[in-house]
Amino acid sequence: MMALDDRKTNFKYIGTRPDRPDGLDKVTGRARYGADIQAPGMLHGAIVRSPHAHARILKIDASKALALKGVKAVVTRADFPTGLTGEDWNLQENVMAGEKALYDGHAVAAVAASSALIARDAAKLVEVEYEPLPHVTDVDAAMRPDAPVIREGAADYSVPEGMHPNVVRRIEFGRGDMDAAFAEADEVLEATYRTEATHQGYIEPHACLAQLGADGKGELWCCTQGHWFVRRMCASVLGLDASQLRVTPSEIGGGFGGKTTIFIDPVALALSRKAGRPVKIVMSRSEVLRATGPTASASMDIKLGMKRDGTITAAQGTFRLQGGAFPGAPTAETMQCAFACYEIPAILEIGYDVITNRPKQAAYRAPGAPMGAFAAESAIDELCRRMGLDPLEVRLKNAVKEGSKSSYGPTYPRIGLVETLEAAKAHPHYSAPLGPNQGRGVASGYWFNWGGETSVSMAVSEDGTVQVSVGTPDIGGSRASMSLMAAEALGIPYENVRCNVVDTGALGVNEPTHGSRATYASGLATIEAAREIAGKLCQRAADKWGIDAEAVIWEDGCAKPSGPNAGDFPPMPIAEIAAEMGQTGGPISGHFEATPNGHGGSFGTHIVDIEVDPETGRTTVVRYTVVQDAGKAIHPAYVEGQFQGGAAQGIGWALNEEYIYGTDGRLQNPVFLDYRVPVASDLPMIDTVIVEVPNPGHPYGVRGVGETGITPPLPAIANAVAGATGVRLRQLPMTPPRILAAIQANG
Amino acid sequence: MVEVNLWSGLRPLADGKDCVEVEATTVRDMLSALVDAYPGLKPAIDAGVSIAMDGRIVTGGLNETLDGVQEVYLLQRLKGG
Repeated sequence: MMALDDRKTNFKYIGTRPDRPDGLDKVTGRARYGADIQAPGMLHGAIVRSPHAHARILKIDASKALALKGVKAVVTRADFPTGLTGEDWNLQENVMAGEKALYDGHAVAAVAASSALIARDAAKLVEVEYEPLPHVTDVDAAMRPDAPVIREGAADYSVPEGMHPNVVRRIEFGRGDMDAAFAEADEVLEATYRTEATHQGYIEPHACLAQLGADGKGELWCCTQGHWFVRRMCASVLGLDASQLRVTPSEIGGGFGGKTTIFIDPVALALSRKAGRPVKIVMSRSEVLRATGPTASASMDIKLGMKRDGTITAAQGTFRLQGGAFPGAPTAETMQCAFACYEIPAILEIGYDVITNRPKQAAYRAPGAPMGAFAAESAIDELCRRMGLDPLEVRLKNAVKEGSKSSYGPTYPRIGLVETLEAAKAHPHYSAPLGPNQGRGVASGYWFNWGGETSVSMAVSEDGTVQVSVGTPDIGGSRASMSLMAAEALGIPYENVRCNVVDTGALGVNEPTHGSRATYASGLATIEAAREIAGKLCQRAADKWGIDAEAVIWEDGCAKPSGPNAGDFPPMPIAEIAAEMGQTGGPISGHFEATPNGHGGSFGTHIVDIEVDPETGRTTVVRYTVVQDAGKAIHPAYVEGQFQGGAAQGIGWALNEEYIYGTDGRLQNPVFLDYRVPVASDLPMIDTVIVEVPNPGHPYGVRGVGETGITPPLPAIANAVAGATGVRLRQLPMTPPRILAAIQANG
Repeated sequence: MVEVNLWSGLRPLADGKDCVEVEATTVRDMLSALVDAYPGLKPAIDAGVSIAMDGRIVTGGLNETLDGVQEVYLLQRLKGG
């Protein structure tokens, strides 16, 4: 009988902070990122990109490029299969334009040559004849009757007749009597909020090395959050059998959702198939910003009713999001998360997914949720300030808890919002005095988290150490957390476990590291695989002792008799069993695969103090505290890192980051000098408080922690700016000129 | 019988109802029964939905049993970053 509890609460290794397994490789430069992969005979690829926001492609003449010495192949859309539909067509159209270029930077052709320099020169020699078309890059403008039509027939079943063809999806949900509920309110606020598109800002640009033969067999090495997704997408876009393409992930220099899809990978494969040689493509920063997925931009109308005691009586929202030239803006997530923190009797939300002449949006850390939180949490704060109410008390008064009806429908299971609010209220930050020109803001946020397809294998080595094979690339410390969970489940030291992220040929399908799912889902599978191994180790010990396996338990890394009646045998360590496993039945391994559905949502509450220079409008973040429910922090240092990372990205989104398009529809700031992500000197030390309300759906109580942290910063900072300046900014980013203008307009 | 709550975008496709009853023992049966009873729901279900059972979102759980489940919601399919 195994003595492994289903709901373990006393831990030896979980909750400790051992050294990260990838640390030495990363600080010594030994870690191999996407651009570090090489192959004999390798060519270099370069992409020809549209200089127009919207244009018909009349002719592509590659003859001059092909005549350049060293050029081995040119591909255009003609080199891709036809007949794709739905999202497969969207992907193909995005990685290589067909009849029209749909945004500035859209790929229209690609070149493979013997050096990167020749490839770039050859790309300039590809002559593309365009017929420029009217364009639109703003979400509200794209919905107007006179807006240019980007593509007819892109709308799905949900869009009523009469709406502009750029509106491709309409969503609505709600409950309650809105009129009666607003009538109960003492104050009703109506306001419009806007957020700009921001990029995930991963430091490592996309890079891949591809090899594809005429026989349809291929290899792809790339930086990605999900190599099975890459395999499936590339196979669809190129007409390959998925299993004939093996995809190996490199070390990854950030993803934040932006590396859950494909951009250059199928292009490199197509070039390789045509040239008969491996082809490597590495994006420049400008290409990353122009042609990979930023998040959506949003325009949102909020109506909120509140009683004098802080009770929210009704909430109404209309959410318009553009996600570039293809359907897929995270409108539903924006809506579902906007008011998810509150129990509101009457709610009505309507959302629109709108296409524009911008790059195809990609997931970005809690996709959609930060925009909704910005609108909803700003509106709550506005009413709190108007009525002189404490913003944390109001949130506590309305906070959802186990058994509450969520704003998007279902009843919540065990959740931890109240605990984060209580912890924020008790934190010294909340009562610390503020200086001149300083303001304090608070906001809460929510993200669902995710389970997803998961497959993990584990094997015992001859010396009793253990290797874990997972399919979720490590973007936030998952190798450390898997190793800790394996160590805990097997009762062996953390240092005796190595976790490897393996290729698509080594495991069944794994969804990407997205949805804050890796520590939850791969972790659950790791624990279950370890339990299988523990059972096999008990069996080997039982066989040696000549007793039933049911009379053996696994404890502290050893097989032990379950009690005095089982026999008097000394504990048998894993190393002793492993040393002779070849003679006692063969290798010992464990495996687990599932689509686990017990993931638990995570709530967070942030407190931020900012100081605004009244002469310049410049905002300085002077103090920041993140309080978030982790369920159970496996490796607290990594959890804190996720909290801090989410806050840092949110600070950038709130204050500086934005996609700026000119009247010509071209991106004006496609480099980090002009696209302003926060750097270390922009940020204070971000304090963290880990709240642990265990998730009943995980053996150790884990909830995902990666995404929730980017949800509260946008409104928290806007609320702090309102406190510091007395003016409310309802449009992001709150750049110095924008804040200064608002201060001056306020007199 | 299982009661299925429909998010509002689905209601027009199900004769305006916000909650419908179908005979089903698994999630797969439930989706199939919903399409049989309300053919207008087919494009929405084919496009992908998330199913919340007692607050637990079980996308990918077609064979999950509905035994003992008190509350079922059909939601927009969720994506993560």
